[in-house]
Amino acid sequence: MSHPSKHLLAIEGLEPPHIADLLDLAESYALLNRSGKTQRDLLKGRTLINLFFEDSTRTRTSFELAGKRLGADVINMSVSTSSVNKGETLLDTASTLNAMQCDLLVIRHAQSGAPALLSQKVDAAVINAGDGTHEHPTQALLDALTIRRHKGSLEGLIVAICGDIAHSRVARSNIHLLTTMGSRVRIIGPPTLIPADVARLGVEVFHDMKAGLKDADVVMMLRLQRERMSGGLVPSAREFFRFYGLDAEKLAHAKPDSIVMHPGPMNRGVEIDSAIADHPTRSVIGEQVEMGVACRMAVLDVLARRLPRNR
Amino acid sequence: MRDLLITGARLLDPASGLDAPGALLVRDGAIADLGPGLTAPDDAEVLDANGACLAPGLVDLRANLGEPGAEHRETIASAAAAAAAGGITTLCVLPDTDPALDDPALLSFIIRRGEATGSVALLPYGAATVGCAGKELAELGLLREAGAIAFTDGVRAIGNARTMRLALSYARAFGAFVVQHPEEPSLAAGGSATEGELATRLGLPAIPPAAEAMMVARDIALARMTGGHVHFAHVSTAAALDLIRAAKAEGLLVTADTAPPYFDLNETAIGDYRTYAKLSPPLRTEADRRAVVAALADGTLDAIASDHQPRDADDKRLPFAQAEAGGAGLATLLAVTLARVHAGDIPMLTALGLLTAKPAALLGLACGRLAKGAPADLVLFHPDRGWKVEAGKLPGKAQNSPFDGRALEGRVLGTWKSGRRVFGG
Repeated sequence: MSHPSKHLLAIEGLEPPHIADLLDLAESYALLNRSGKTQRDLLKGRTLINLFFEDSTRTRTSFELAGKRLGADVINMSVSTSSVNKGETLLDTASTLNAMQCDLLVIRHAQSGAPALLSQKVDAAVINAGDGTHEHPTQALLDALTIRRHKGSLEGLIVAICGDIAHSRVARSNIHLLTTMGSRVRIIGPPTLIPADVARLGVEVFHDMKAGLKDADVVMMLRLQRERMSGGLVPSAREFFRFYGLDAEKLAHAKPDSIVMHPGPMNRGVEIDSAIADHPTRSVIGEQVEMGVACRMAVLDVLARRLPRNR
Repeated sequence: MRDLLITGARLLDPASGLDAPGALLVRDGAIADLGPGLTAPDDAEVLDANGACLAPGLVDLRANLGEPGAEHRETIASAAAAAAAGGITTLCVLPDTDPALDDPALLSFIIRRGEATGSVALLPYGAATVGCAGKELAELGLLREAGAIAFTDGVRAIGNARTMRLALSYARAFGAFVVQHPEEPSLAAGGSATEGELATRLGLPAIPPAAEAMMVARDIALARMTGGHVHFAHVSTAAALDLIRAAKAEGLLVTADTAPPYFDLNETAIGDYRTYAKLSPPLRTEADRRAVVAALADGTLDAIASDHQPRDADDKRLPFAQAEAGGAGLATLLAVTLARVHAGDIPMLTALGLLTAKPAALLGLACGRLAKGAPADLVLFHPDRGWKVEAGKLPGKAQNSPFDGRALEGRVLGTWKSGRRVFGG
């Protein structure tokens, strides 16, 4: 089943076969990457621009590597977020990119909906690499692929997503993807970090972490931004860790073979105990990074198939 | 000026309940006579309405103009053109301009500029507080003398309870009411959509709908305490309307208006981050929209205002949370209201009353009615004629209509201000 859109702006709206196709393709890229046979001609002559309005070494590098492994010309543009009128920059940038004849545009922006706005103005296929508190679709794909490699299937799994759900684009994309693929999703956090009416997205809400983790197959931790504490949404880091940080005691409530995930970068001792983060069998955080490159290769591949052959 | 006889019209006067075929005679800027069987005086110009509706010119209780301070968005001249095309002959303008209308000289300026248009009376609100900043009271008495119809800080809520108490209390001495933007600022700060499932899906900073009801509850308590008259602008939630209904039943001096987006659209209009549908207050759930319709029908709401807020492309072509709130509303005020009539939600005369006689009565104006001696402020419209709202093709400068793409029935054919034709023909 071919991808339903020219762009990848969100997981919401994708059907199970679209997601399964992307994951299958990513799986094949993961194997190829491990075999060392990486360079292909698939994106030869194509230009991929990483347009990052927010700093993110990890995601940007992952897209850069994915593009290069498929033979694209990759350019990184970091745009200052301190400029007074970011919106003007965004649309001015769109016309610049059109002039550069960019084929694939990877964008990260602090504002929800910024990639959608840009997609209306540029000729390139737009890939959302994280927009505000909206979505981060490739993160959900790499998380799903990692889970699938360990658990075989997503269907029927209990996945607990813990921490700052309200401000997390990772949580939203994961909720959409996992519920679409038949997982049972629980979200765990203090009420001040749970978004309004989130149960309508098909998840169960827990404020007691131990209850939420009971019999979970997958424990997905989220990063707690420091400014959430200054904003008064949680009183202190130590209180947060006490009730919502993942340590061995809380993890014992999940299934014995459950896996632990984190999108990075981690706040050790705030949302996750170092011993858990580095656990040799339970933590799959390193593998998530590896799958990130494979998933981004799959996304670039699928979107490039829809591009016109010659500009 | 020659006499004008408009014949073959469906005369609609909400103040008297008149809805009958007939003619209307205009002489010296006023309505000289109306009814069936009028004959044209010698020399009179005769216009056959061909059965179209003739009603009082609309009294728009609430509009923001770009002038002074934001002429790139809207000038008084361009707003006047849009108002005339929308059948509006009296336009109440908000004071939160740049500079704010907190000085008697500025009010005189606005009134004179309105007179200069020749097509619409501009009736300015005075700022309730200096600079509309919500701190010290403006010179309400002097502003009232200079023509302020009432006092408000526009789309800025008067957040401090003591300041609101003083404003309500002090304005009583000058027989004026205070208009509140009912939104608790500490809950609304930074928000751009109504809190709920949709805002959660879109990842937008949100405003809980209770922010409206709690400000309404607070100000009703202050009205009870001071004996002052509070008017709530663009009310949009069921909870706030219930409070207003109860306060009216109690006999307090509480009135309220709403605007077409809140009875014609719900929050789904912001799907795909459509910034033209970003308004303040934000669009609400379907249940709230229905409650607004019910409040129009049962008299809880006293007026429908355009809530016109001109914005230009640079204000709107931004990521949703960064885009400016506000919609253009002058040209669509009548037709969007008529959509509720066509849907069977409100009778024609009730709907027109909310656009004419009721706001006029609230302000103590002589216009807003078809009666002998009243000003010949008139709108002639075809209730069923269809058209489509297209941003870019609307009259006036501001094109930021939240109704962009909406098919409407109800077209203004002509507008008269003091007997002079200012639109159509």
